[in-house]
Amino acid sequence: MGNTAPNSYKTLPDEAGRFGIHGGRFVAETLMPLILEVEKAYTKTKSDPEFESELLYYQRHYIGRPSPLYFAPRLTKHFGGAKLYLKRDELNHTGAHKINNVLGQALLAKRMGKTKIIAETGAGQHGVATATACALFDLECEVFMGAEDVRRQKPNVDRMRLLGARVHPVTSGTSTLKDAMNEALRYWVANPETHFYIIGTVAGPHPYPEMVRDFQSVIGKEAKEQIKQAEGCLPDALIACIGGGSNAMGLFHPFLDDKSVAIYGVEAAGHGIETGEHAASLTGGEPGILHGNRTYLLQTQEGQIKDAHSISAGLDYPGIGPEHAWLHDIGRVNYVSATDEEALDMFHLCSRLEGIIPALEPSHALAFASTLLPSLDKDKIVILNMCGRGDKDLEAVLPLLEARGKL
Amino acid sequence: MSNRISQCFAHAKADNRAVLGIFMSAGDPSAEASAAILDKLVENGADMIELGMPFSDPMADGPAIQASSLRAIKKGMTLAGTLDMAKSFRARHPDTPLILMGYYNPIYIYGKDTFITDALAAGVDGLIIVDLPPEEDSELCDDARTAGLSFIRLVTPTTLGERLPVVLEKAGGFIYYVAIAGITGTKSAAKDTINAAFTRIREESSLPAVTGFGIRTAEQAAEIAHISDGVVVGSAMVSIIEQACAEESLDTEKLVNSVGTFCRSLSEAMKRS
Repeated sequence: MGNTAPNSYKTLPDEAGRFGIHGGRFVAETLMPLILEVEKAYTKTKSDPEFESELLYYQRHYIGRPSPLYFAPRLTKHFGGAKLYLKRDELNHTGAHKINNVLGQALLAKRMGKTKIIAETGAGQHGVATATACALFDLECEVFMGAEDVRRQKPNVDRMRLLGARVHPVTSGTSTLKDAMNEALRYWVANPETHFYIIGTVAGPHPYPEMVRDFQSVIGKEAKEQIKQAEGCLPDALIACIGGGSNAMGLFHPFLDDKSVAIYGVEAAGHGIETGEHAASLTGGEPGILHGNRTYLLQTQEGQIKDAHSISAGLDYPGIGPEHAWLHDIGRVNYVSATDEEALDMFHLCSRLEGIIPALEPSHALAFASTLLPSLDKDKIVILNMCGRGDKDLEAVLPLLEARGKL
Repeated sequence: MSNRISQCFAHAKADNRAVLGIFMSAGDPSAEASAAILDKLVENGADMIELGMPFSDPMADGPAIQASSLRAIKKGMTLAGTLDMAKSFRARHPDTPLILMGYYNPIYIYGKDTFITDALAAGVDGLIIVDLPPEEDSELCDDARTAGLSFIRLVTPTTLGERLPVVLEKAGGFIYYVAIAGITGTKSAAKDTINAAFTRIREESSLPAVTGFGIRTAEQAAEIAHISDGVVVGSAMVSIIEQACAEESLDTEKLVNSVGTFCRSLSEAMKRS
């Protein structure tokens, strides 16, 4: 901690899985041998050129990477300031960034000799990506999803079932994403020999935050090359939305040591931070321990975990990845927030101006872009991670847009 | 190590029987009823109490204890309230070992040092903090041990190999063997695997070792009491509260008596063995 900037922001986690005070391995003894096994396997695998080339093959030919870096002329003109580039990860197979991580972990699971996969999902994007990789690699797939989300995200539930996954509706606790994660962990503990747990975000016990970040960093690495080709320089700012924070970490991490690049993470402010109904763990939470790591959490004064609220099921989580918590503490990344209402406006605006229907998650990032871009000169460059497409959200969003007279 | 814990196991050994430990969430179904239940348990042969500190997200627990924890939170139970319950229990029962069991976050928010001080002042003997493995000993375990609280370790079927010495290095009080791969209350424990596990545990430690997580009936308790220095029953006991709460109006006296009857049946079955 402290305010002195480190020489590099890319050396963490340490051996104990810490990012400053955050991260760690706060799991039951029943899980400990499992995560140590994953850590050992990942350490061995990540430096294996054969693994790297296998992953690269699937990134190119299956996901469709590199995703384009697209200059958005009409949004740029509309906001009236810096140039806006969109990193088009919504064009990936399955429609979001989630597949980047899932393919990496599924390949690791196969190397470890695991035949069955467990995953938790909120909106269903990580569940769909996992079900997809399981079909591809002939792995059995068990997806845990809050009962409420099963109802709200029916198209994704149908996709998972079609892909061959078993979807377990979770009714324990408050039947939301955090409970789905609890159930997934419980299921893993009961089936340690055969199963591998693919966590969908940069959270959980070490080594998951590091591993998921590494697999998602392909986003930032590509963006860095692409912007150099397009503009001959680094961007001035990066923007990404944050639930657990995997798309943001994927974009941010390769730029952390480029000190001229301002970095903004956008949390979901739900009905507004002041209402208490939001999912902004950094803005409205306190450090605590949940799901294997210390990080900022929405919780009561007694340390009970509170429910998050966001219009976007993908941001609806009461915690945030521990590396984001650390980057917040040391001030390298600026964490801001956008409300449901602001995200809805952007969902509509981006569809109309660019012909790109954004998911509700990156619509939060666009909401912050709408205030940042006008404040910057026209020669400045901003990259925003368009981490998912909005098809999955139509059922929820269209009635709201109609009610606001926008359709 | 707490005298109460070691004396409890020593007395049971002298009587040629195993220790009966009972888990209850503090404040389920209410603070008053919960205190009455604890008294009834001690009266009916419970040698040791594991008092659950309710947490909203009990990752290692099955449906029965999850629901119990949520009922207690809903009724307003807090960590401070749990410590108060511990204190008054200690005043009424000077010799019964009292273990606090739960998850780290409420303690972290309460403040580690204050928690250790208050737990000692309340007469707590030991702690089982499910999500603090040896890798996180600097969080709470080291200071708790120094202050005189036993830090009780869970040993699981997957821990029995080379990891066992790591887990047992700072273990205090007794060893808690998790009889099933899984969460509390979901499956039944198999006798043969428990037997093998205890042979292995006794190679590594001279602490007494108890079995828990899969014991639901008096018959199972009696069987496992042959192998183990103690038996812990949690989910099956907590389910009695769940049933009582499902009825139209909660009859506390009836509930307390049912809990007592079940506890007595466990204790009697274990004595006969």
